[in-house]
Amino acid sequence: MEILLVIIIGLLYAAGIYMMLRRSLVKLIIGLILLGNGANLLIFLLGKIVKGEPPIIGSTEKMLGELYADPVPQALILTAIVISFGLQAFAIILIKRAYKVVKTDDLDEMNATDEDL
Amino acid sequence: MSNPYIVLPVLFQLFVAVILMFAWNRKNLQKLISVVGSLIALLISLALLIKVNQEGIQTMQAGGWIAPFGITFVADTLSALLVVLTATSGLAVSVFSVGSVRNARIKFGYFPIFHLLIMGLSGAFLTGDIFNLYVWFEIIIISSFVLITIGGEKAQLEGAIKYVAMNLLASVVFLTAIAILYGLTGSLNMADLSLQVANVSNRGLVNVTAILFLVGFGIKSAVFPLYFWLPASYHTPPPAISAIFGGLLTKVGVYAMLRVFTLIFIPDDFLTTVITVMALLTILSGGFGALMQNNIRKVFSYLIICHIGFMLAGLGIYSTVAIAGAVFYLVHDIVVKTNLFLVSGVIFKFRGTYSMRLLGGFYKEQPLMSLFMAIPLFSLIGIPPLSGFWGKLLLIEGAMDQSNILMIVFILLGSFLTLFIIAKLWAEVFWKDAQELPKKKYIRYFDELKPLKKQAMLASVVFLSLISLGIGFGAEWVMQLALRIAENLMDPSPYIQAVLGS
Amino acid sequence: MKTIIFKTASVFLLPLLLLFSVFILLRGHYLPGGGFVGGLMASTAFVIHSFANGVERTKNIVKFHPGFLMPVGLALALLAGSLPLFLGETFMTGLWMDQPVPVIGSVGTALFFDTGVYLVVIGVTLTIIFTISEGL
Repeated sequence: MEILLVIIIGLLYAAGIYMMLRRSLVKLIIGLILLGNGANLLIFLLGKIVKGEPPIIGSTEKMLGELYADPVPQALILTAIVISFGLQAFAIILIKRAYKVVKTDDLDEMNATDEDL
Repeated sequence: MSNPYIVLPVLFQLFVAVILMFAWNRKNLQKLISVVGSLIALLISLALLIKVNQEGIQTMQAGGWIAPFGITFVADTLSALLVVLTATSGLAVSVFSVGSVRNARIKFGYFPIFHLLIMGLSGAFLTGDIFNLYVWFEIIIISSFVLITIGGEKAQLEGAIKYVAMNLLASVVFLTAIAILYGLTGSLNMADLSLQVANVSNRGLVNVTAILFLVGFGIKSAVFPLYFWLPASYHTPPPAISAIFGGLLTKVGVYAMLRVFTLIFIPDDFLTTVITVMALLTILSGGFGALMQNNIRKVFSYLIICHIGFMLAGLGIYSTVAIAGAVFYLVHDIVVKTNLFLVSGVIFKFRGTYSMRLLGGFYKEQPLMSLFMAIPLFSLIGIPPLSGFWGKLLLIEGAMDQSNILMIVFILLGSFLTLFIIAKLWAEVFWKDAQELPKKKYIRYFDELKPLKKQAMLASVVFLSLISLGIGFGAEWVMQLALRIAENLMDPSPYIQAVLGS
Repeated sequence: MKTIIFKTASVFLLPLLLLFSVFILLRGHYLPGGGFVGGLMASTAFVIHSFANGVERTKNIVKFHPGFLMPVGLALALLAGSLPLFLGETFMTGLWMDQPVPVIGSVGTALFFDTGVYLVVIGVTLTIIFTISEGL
C-alpha cells in the first residue's frame, strides 16, 4: 500500500509540475490541482497508515486501548481540500475572466504587466 | 502565561469584516466602519503589546486543548509588535481607501476583504502551530487574490494570474514541507517541534524539509530566484491595495522564516550559506532591477525585493545583533513601504501617470507634502537620524563581528543603489520642471475630489511619515526592543516553556 | 439534460436533499457529517435543480443573493466561537446545555458553529456556481 502511494504521489507531483510549466492557463490550473492532490496524499502517507480503530475513547474506558488511526492527518487533509477547493474555484473564474479580457490563454502573450507605464 | 484574550486582534478584524458584509450596499457607512474599526484594532493590538512587554509571553490554547495537542496562539514580543504594525498600516490604508478607492470596487466588497486580509496577517503573526500558519497564509492569499483582481482591468488580471500561480505553488511547497515534518515528528506545535526536530536521527531529511520551507517562504517573501511574480503584479492594483501588499504580504514571509529558522530548524553552516547567498543576490537583483524601471510603482516593487535581502542577510549572519538588525529593519520597512505606495497613489491622483519621465515639478507645486513624502524616501536609503539607518547599522555590526566582509560590501552596495535610485526618483518626480500632461477622462484628479477625500489621502501619508520619524528618533527604544526580540529568538527556551509548561 | 423525467424529479429532490443536508449537519458531532458536508449537500440540491431547470429558475427559488448567507454564517460561527470568551474560557471552548433537547440531542456552541459553517458553505458554493454558469 505504501509503495503504491509513493508511486502515485511521485507521479502526481511530476505531472503537476510538468503541467505548470506549460504556457496554457488551463494546464496551469490542472497542474496546481494535481500538485495539491499529491500534497494531500503525502500527508495521508506520512501520517502512517495503520489498520486501526477510530480514535474514540468508549464511555467505559479511560484511554485508548486498541491500535488506533491518527486523526490529525485526516483533519489536515480535510482542511487542505477545503482550502484548495476555494482557491481552485477562484483560479478557474480568474482565467475565465482573463480569457475574456486578454483574449488569449497563452502566458507568453500576457505582456501588459511589462509595459513601461 | 495563559491569556484567553490574545486572539482579540484577529477576532475583532473578523467582526469588522462581518459587520461590513451586512452593510454591503452602503458605501459611506462601510468607509466609516472600516476607519473606526481599524482605529479600535490598533488600540487592541497596542494593549496586547503593552501586556506582553510587561508580563512576558502570553499563550492561548484554542478550545482549552492543552499543547501540543490543540492549536496554540502565542504572543511574544515579536508577534505583538508585528500585530501592532499590521494594525498601524491597516489604519493608514483604510483611511487612504476612503479617499482613493472607487465606488465600483467598494461595491464588490473591497472593505470586508481588506479586513479579512488584516485578520489573516494578525493570525499568521500570532499562531504557534505550523499547520495553523498554513491556514492563515491561505486566508491571506485568497483575500489578496480578490483584492488584486477587484476592478478587473487588463493589466490587473494578467498580474493576478502570475501572482496567483506563484502563490499557489508556494502553498503546495509549504504543505509538502509540513507533511514531511509531521511524518518525521508527529507534531505540529512549533514549540514542541523545536524539541522534536532536534531528536530526529535522519538529519538529511530534516535539511530537505528546511529547504522546502525556505523555498515556500522564499516565494512568498520574494527572495532572489523566486521573486519574478512580484514586479509583475504589485504595480497593477489600485495604490491602496499595493500599499498593503507591499508593506505586509512579503514581510509575513520574512516573519515566518525568522520564526521557523530560529525555533524549529537551527541552521547549520550549509543552510546559513544558502540563506546568505540568497540574501546577497536578492539585494543585487532588486537594486539593479529598480534602476531599470520608469514606472515609480515598479521602482518601489523592486526596492521591496532589494530590502527583503537586508532582512534575509540578518538571518544569514545568524547572530543576536544581526537578527536584531533584521527585526529593526522589518519594523522600519513595513511602515516605509506602505507609505511609499500611498505616496505613489497621491502623485498619481495629481498627475494621472506613474511614469518618471512624464512626472515632474511636484516640489514646486506641493512643497509641504513633498517634505512629508521625502521622509519615507530618505528613510529607505538610511540617512542617519531616519529609521532605515539603525537597522543597517545593526546588520553591519553583526557582519563585522563575524568579519563577513562580503556581506558588508553587499549591504553597503544595496544602500548605495537605493540612494542612487531615490536620488534619481527625487530629481525626476520632484525637482524636474513640470510638463503639460493631457488630462485623461477616466481619472478623477485630486482637484476634483471632495475635501474630505483629499484630507484622508494626505492624512494617511503624513501619519505614516510621522511614525517613520518616530522610529528614527526613538531608535534607542526600538533597538532595545529589537535586541530583546533577537535574544528571545536565538534562545527559544522561554517561548517553549510558555507554550508547553515547564 | 432538460428531460421531463429529470425536471420532475428535481422538484421532489430539492426539498428531500435539503432535509437530508440538515440531518447530516445535526448528526455531525459524533458521526460522519457536519456543517461542511451538509452545506455541500444542500448546494448540490440547488445545483441539480439548476441543471434541470436552468440557473435563472434556481435563482428565483433562492429569492435573495446567496452571498448574503456568508456574513450570516460567519456571524453565527464567530458568536459561537467567542461566546466562551465572555465567560472567561478560551476561544472555541465547547459550552453545552445541561439538559438534552428532544429530537436533536444535547446542544452546545459546537452546533451553532457548525450551522454557521453550513450557511457559509451554501453561500460560497452557490455564489461560485452562479458566477461560473454566467454566460456559459
